[in-house]
Amino acid sequence: MNVNVKINGVSYSVPRNATILEACKAASIHIPTLCYLKGLSEIGACRMCLVEVKGARSMVASCVAPVNEGMEIFTNTPAIRRARKMNLELILSDHDKNCLNCARNQSCELQRYCREYGVEDQNYFTGKVNEFRKDNSTLAIVRDNNKCILCRRCVAACQVQQKVGVIGVNDRGFDTHIGCAFEKNLGDSPCILCGQCVVVCPTGALVEKGQTDDVLNAVADKTKHALVCTAPSVRATLGECFGMAPGTDVEGKMVAALRRLGFEGVFNMNLTADLTIMEEATELIERIQNGGKLPLITSCSPGWIKYCEHYYPEFIENLSSCKSPQQMFGALAKTYYAHKMGWDPEDIVFVSVIPCTAKKFEVKREGQSAAGVYDVDYAITTRELGKMIKRSGIAFDELPDEEFDNPFSIGSGAGAIFGATGGVMEAALRTAAEVILQKPLEVLDFTEVRGIAGIKKATYKIGDFELNVAVASGTANAAELLDLVKSGKETFHFIEIMACPGGCVNGGGQPTQPSYVLNNINLREVRAKVLYNADKDLPLRKSHENAQVKAIYDEFLGKPGSHKAHEILHTFYVKRGK
Amino acid sequence: MIRSHVLICGGTGCTSSGSVALKEALASELKAKGLDEEVKIVMTGCFGLCALGPIMIVYPDGTFYSRVTINDIPEIVDEHLLKGRIVDRLVYNDTTVEVEEGAHISLNDTTFYKKQKRVALRNCGVINPEVVDEYIAMDGYQALGKVLTEMSPAQVIQLMKDSGLRGRGGGGFPTGMKWDFAAKSVSDKKYVVCNADEGDPGAFMDRSVLEGDPHAVIEAMAIAGYAIGADEGYIYVRAEYPIAIKRLTIAIAQAREYGLLGKDIFSTSFNFDIQLRFGAGAFVCGEETALLTSIEGNRGEPRPRPPFPAVKGLFGQPTIINNVETFANIPQIILKGAEWFASMGTEKSKGTKVFALGGKITHTGLVEIPMGTTLREIVEEIGGGVPNGKKFKAAQTGGPSGGCIPASHIDTPIDYDNLIAIGSMMGSGGLIVMDEDNCMVDIAKFFLEFTVDESCGKCTPCRIGTRRMLELLTKITNGNGTLEDIDHLEELAKHIKATALCGLGQTAPNPVLSTLRYFRDEYIAHVVEKRCPAGVCKNLVSYEIVADKCKGCTACRRACPVGAISGEVKQSHIIDKNKCIKCGVCVTKCKFDAIIRK
Repeated sequence: MNVNVKINGVSYSVPRNATILEACKAASIHIPTLCYLKGLSEIGACRMCLVEVKGARSMVASCVAPVNEGMEIFTNTPAIRRARKMNLELILSDHDKNCLNCARNQSCELQRYCREYGVEDQNYFTGKVNEFRKDNSTLAIVRDNNKCILCRRCVAACQVQQKVGVIGVNDRGFDTHIGCAFEKNLGDSPCILCGQCVVVCPTGALVEKGQTDDVLNAVADKTKHALVCTAPSVRATLGECFGMAPGTDVEGKMVAALRRLGFEGVFNMNLTADLTIMEEATELIERIQNGGKLPLITSCSPGWIKYCEHYYPEFIENLSSCKSPQQMFGALAKTYYAHKMGWDPEDIVFVSVIPCTAKKFEVKREGQSAAGVYDVDYAITTRELGKMIKRSGIAFDELPDEEFDNPFSIGSGAGAIFGATGGVMEAALRTAAEVILQKPLEVLDFTEVRGIAGIKKATYKIGDFELNVAVASGTANAAELLDLVKSGKETFHFIEIMACPGGCVNGGGQPTQPSYVLNNINLREVRAKVLYNADKDLPLRKSHENAQVKAIYDEFLGKPGSHKAHEILHTFYVKRGK
Repeated sequence: MIRSHVLICGGTGCTSSGSVALKEALASELKAKGLDEEVKIVMTGCFGLCALGPIMIVYPDGTFYSRVTINDIPEIVDEHLLKGRIVDRLVYNDTTVEVEEGAHISLNDTTFYKKQKRVALRNCGVINPEVVDEYIAMDGYQALGKVLTEMSPAQVIQLMKDSGLRGRGGGGFPTGMKWDFAAKSVSDKKYVVCNADEGDPGAFMDRSVLEGDPHAVIEAMAIAGYAIGADEGYIYVRAEYPIAIKRLTIAIAQAREYGLLGKDIFSTSFNFDIQLRFGAGAFVCGEETALLTSIEGNRGEPRPRPPFPAVKGLFGQPTIINNVETFANIPQIILKGAEWFASMGTEKSKGTKVFALGGKITHTGLVEIPMGTTLREIVEEIGGGVPNGKKFKAAQTGGPSGGCIPASHIDTPIDYDNLIAIGSMMGSGGLIVMDEDNCMVDIAKFFLEFTVDESCGKCTPCRIGTRRMLELLTKITNGNGTLEDIDHLEELAKHIKATALCGLGQTAPNPVLSTLRYFRDEYIAHVVEKRCPAGVCKNLVSYEIVADKCKGCTACRRACPVGAISGEVKQSHIIDKNKCIKCGVCVTKCKFDAIIRK
């Protein structure tokens, strides 16, 4: 059912349940928003989206106000422009305006609107400015409340989407700020470091703990061997750092850029994704056949692992002991590859490029040092790689497409889809089914576990065996699924959980996008499409058919699940407090 | 046999001035004199004349004693209760106009009460609020019985609409319409919420109703529940109102015991029960959506409207929220009819309104007047005028959301629309009188300080904007302001009014806007002449001793707390302006009017 409205004098027919903001979008009118995230944060707090409505007592927040039949809306009057500008001037009067050294310079939504609304005097209002201590306490995320505009998008991400809720609104009035309970440091809270707060932050108040200089210096150090590998989803998103449309596959350019940054080896993490499948599928079959702890739950997502350790420690035994693909790669690089090259593992600087902030925590975990040194030295986000490329004067869009280095260049289609929710499950199913059935599958697509739904469930008949599986992404959904398992209402053999909604394509280390993109483009879907397209087009679509993976087993590990594989590719978990 | 009743006010005002101890002293004195079987003490709610507390009324003759102390008790017992001789020295002055030998005029004929019309407060100061039978004896719960057994919900709502009752909490939204919206919202679960989070500085209307007549609110909530189809009610009451909470708790328990709350009320199929929720003191929780958010267990912050609570309120269900005074009117509207109620007041504002009189006024206290009464009648007649021969300058209504009404509008009949038209608002009913010694810039600053403290911090204009306004005002009152600052202030005030998220923010600039409208000259004096006309803003005030008038008595020198005054005996004294902290003590000590404030 539609209603008729007039926007700036022009008549439109819009859906009855639309907000004024949505109606204006349909009429090709862009309305600025700072606090609004569709379906997640609909609080009408920033007052940037104000419009005038005929007959209304005051200006109306278009993000939350529904349309009515006959409504007359004005989005671009002098009063509206002045009101929006004045809100910006007010925000600036209590804001750290050192844009030049801000991590979000040029990608800041506040900065953009100040430019659009013609804020000329950033000191139009003066007075007390709140001064906050920067929270540097975690390994992954830095909070600088001096840059916070109190849009509360991070709070919604943490409380609603992730059901972690370690941050909230403290104090009130002019003293209002975002923080942990009792003003604790984030590092002293049960934060899972998923970084979902970071990707929704419109300003530089939340950023990853940057390690770009450390990495660039390590690459320049001639006494070291700097190696890099890139996670499956990075190629699907890195282009966004250079203004490309979401959903652009830049694998070739990404490899070329890394090579030009000076890495001695540029490797494909899709390969260790395949390796993970070999180990995890073996573990699954082993647990099913020998009455081991079920359901088996995947362990690729360090945010999820930390969530489990803090909030659902009763499921620690269900976690796969497999290291994540990143950690497997580092472990192999410093054992197998070091041996092959005749290098001392201490001379290797292993860098991974990942869509994740929690990986920065994962690299420092116990049980992640196969060669006696950390498996991975630096885990840098997609965003950081984008910055490094820019800083090094590399014209990314002009680069040729290049290939990964041997002996870690090949990834299967199964490894590629690791970056999307359901991908690990589907990859594992392909391998497990063929191992059990001892014959090739006719259809490799397990479509029931694809898609961006928060929780997906399916039952697959493999031979005589009915395998119940479930997939959850976003820890709020994970909690819902685990509660189902805990209550005994449903039983599964295998569960895939990713901390970030949609999986790694929407990870906390991915390029930030302004709210008008977040609200109008389904990034999870668009980015995942890159991975599924790659899988579809690859001749190699099964992990166990990856020749380089086979070589690693033949030359080094023996067979999946072997003693040596356990020493190098597996780890353990600890119970953490809430 | 009881031959005499002694009513002692047990409201917060008189409790603070010692009425509980008074009651205990009276009880033991009566016992000692063997009168405890003949004289009954009743602790009531507020009479309204708080400035004269503790208050005691002796029936059957109705003698009104004010400012009674424990030392007066033996005399009252011996003289009045034993011998029947009124203790004249304790009788409230205004009732001592003797009509004939030994008699006094009735309390209702005094200037304080004569123009009042007590509807919401009708039982306050009359019944013991802790005894449900006393409420029932005053026709209590008859209205609930009537609606449950004789009326359909639609008829109840129509009656409310016909009465013209509008919300007494501030906004003045028609109550019947609000109920109608909630009744028409389809849901299995609905709620009735009473807003008892009275937060305006100096306002205590709702507290007095809850302390003096809690059952009236409970009865009205049940009526509302029947009208809209709700079976659950919440009263959100400030934790700072311990007496109100105590009496509500007692009243709810008694109502349950009598079957007036609970299941199958009056043997009908109507179920309704009420829970209390305590507000922790945040002013913004008086805003209806913030109040609901707080009841739900979250940080008390407003949420956008629409959806309005009548559609999506408490726990996402249709909810009506009315304030205490609104509810207190309802049982009588049901019993006496819509026409009776609509016969009081003005065209668009029916009935009465309770005001808490404060500031520069003789009768500080609580009054209930028909809508349409002029400010002059309230201030000069009911309130007894401005004390100490000072001149009336302005009245502030609506608390931090309202504005100042200047003397030029003193004859405005008070109702919702007239107050809005002159830049103020009814608000919940605080009325603060100001005289020539009040600086209007300082008054605006006072209210803004309150709002800045009480802003929840959710929306940008209120969180930052009110703070910036306060900083501009402080600059002006410190003598550092410019004419541009006044423009800036006005621009920002209008911005916040037009753009803030909730009623608190949208009305926060009103004290500034209304004083800019009526007292702009005072702002300009602060800025251009660097002078505070009322002599309030310390930075702009200086004290000087007029040499001709000073006798050298040394009184000022001895009183000065910082040793800023020097001079020999019988020589004229001098104030060192660098040392002076402008406390003004010297002025009060000087017997020769030799010290002037500039």
